Amino acid sequence: MKYYDKLIFELSQPGRIGFSLPEIPGQARNDFKGSTVWRESKLDLPEVSEVDVVRHYTNLSQMNFGVDTGFYPLGSCTMKYNPKINEEIANMPAFLGLHPLQPESTTKGALEIYVGMDKALAAITGMKHFTFLPCAGAHGELTGLMLMREYHMSRGDSARTKVIVPDSAHGTNPASAAVCGLDIVVVKSKENGLVDVEALKPLLGPDIAGIMMTNPNTLGLFERDIKEIAKLVHDCGGLLYYDGANMNPLLGMVRPGDMGFDIMHLNLHKTFSTPHGGGGPGAGPVGVSDKVLPFLHIPRVSGFHGNFGIILRAYAYILMLGREHVKMAGKLATLGANYIKESLKDCYKLPIPTVCKHEFVFDGLLEDNGVSTLDVAKRLLDYGFHAPTIYFPLLFHQAIMIEPTETESLETLDAFIAVMRKIAEEAKADPEMLHGAPHCTPIGRPDETTAARQPVLKYD
Amino acid sequence: MSKIAEGLLYSESHEWVKVDGNVAIIGVSDFAQSEMGDITYVEMPDVDDEVEAGSDFGALESVKTSSELIAPVSGKVVARNDELEDKPELINEDAYAAWIIKVEMSDESELDALLNAAAYAEIAK
Repeated sequence: MKYYDKLIFELSQPGRIGFSLPEIPGQARNDFKGSTVWRESKLDLPEVSEVDVVRHYTNLSQMNFGVDTGFYPLGSCTMKYNPKINEEIANMPAFLGLHPLQPESTTKGALEIYVGMDKALAAITGMKHFTFLPCAGAHGELTGLMLMREYHMSRGDSARTKVIVPDSAHGTNPASAAVCGLDIVVVKSKENGLVDVEALKPLLGPDIAGIMMTNPNTLGLFERDIKEIAKLVHDCGGLLYYDGANMNPLLGMVRPGDMGFDIMHLNLHKTFSTPHGGGGPGAGPVGVSDKVLPFLHIPRVSGFHGNFGIILRAYAYILMLGREHVKMAGKLATLGANYIKESLKDCYKLPIPTVCKHEFVFDGLLEDNGVSTLDVAKRLLDYGFHAPTIYFPLLFHQAIMIEPTETESLETLDAFIAVMRKIAEEAKADPEMLHGAPHCTPIGRPDETTAARQPVLKYD
Repeated sequence: MSKIAEGLLYSESHEWVKVDGNVAIIGVSDFAQSEMGDITYVEMPDVDDEVEAGSDFGALESVKTSSELIAPVSGKVVARNDELEDKPELINEDAYAAWIIKVEMSDESELDALLNAAAYAEIAK
């Protein structure tokens, strides 16, 4: 990887330009002079030529790591390959040129995409209908919880102010519940990593709005007691919310609606192959059962409904796979994760040894020799792999969470396994070298502590 | 091996308490700071706020994770260590010198539920 660390302002030379614009004719200039839109000082722009700009951004882009450059086993993020046909369709001028304020009579094609997507997602999840407003998973969670609250309020059931969240949940679950004004009650997991049904029972009562669950959970394990949990929660008058972050392995196999969930979100950017990372763009459509349908925003479709381009890409992906092949995605994702897990469990600590779904968690090296999960993750970068998710979930102190996704070949999985084994050997032979990793990247270990304690947020 | 100071009381959630009359001086243990890693931010209550035993009264953030601070005793906050706002690293440097808040206890019998150094040593490993 070529090292390049310039800011575009550092390339600036007085008077250098990339593009000459005609002078503004005198009269038009005078019309604005002295008005509120007239700048008092010159705009501080870098003075660069066209080739400076092209080289600058091309060099920066070459320091990027993405799914298009290598294996990206980031647990809980489903970094699957994004087929190029999605991009081709999303870049069709008829879609690209759409404006939200265009008259509805001229946007029938886009509306048809929403309707088709609603039907496809309903078929995949067992929900009745979806809203496409939410722009990401956590946005979907908040929307879903607000629907849950509306449902209870409409029945005059105002005492339901608590939401149950398992201790293995994504951090967004309690955060969304808190933003929604609900109190959080944590239910513990058992030794086997699944929700403890006996510990759940005493928490249920007339103050419970519902439970938020991820299935498979963040340990990559299928919550097999889900039918019983659904019955218990429904019997106490609560609703079930499904966090769709881990929907990938269930595609075409099991439906949240059939498990008993009333409200859910999907992360289209994870499960349905749209580009993500670095904070967006995402799409977190929320689906509801018959029971909650009356509280969904009406009309469900209008000019400002979510990230249309992302929904369009995801729709292209679903249509490309079709009803039959959508199943293969989940199966292959599950197979790949189990293959890596079984191939490495003699070098890495596997706290929960059962069959996993699309991802699993190691708890550091078996013989760590002072080498931490952070050291292992940093060393992977030297070998050209993106690091897995580390130190999450919080249930284990040295968590390494690996999710290969279905898009990786056996050869890629084998190459990753070989490198992980090599790092385990390096830990025994030369732990000091691992403490200093990575050695082959432009930057080694950025000082995250100082960056957090004394952040510099502005270029001077 | 983390340090456990003798003469202090400890909670299972890794806070320490030093009793000074009816005032409890509260911080986090050396074990807690070593598990957290470099602490980057300390969220504290204001003076005169009420804290309740078993409930959170603030939080620690580190590069690696964040963790709630759980009050070992109930009462009114009479002082807070404002130095931690700019220097959260004081907790990493000496967890027993870097107190976080001082609480005027409303029920001193709550101290009976806390652990002594020997009992805490069993948990913090």
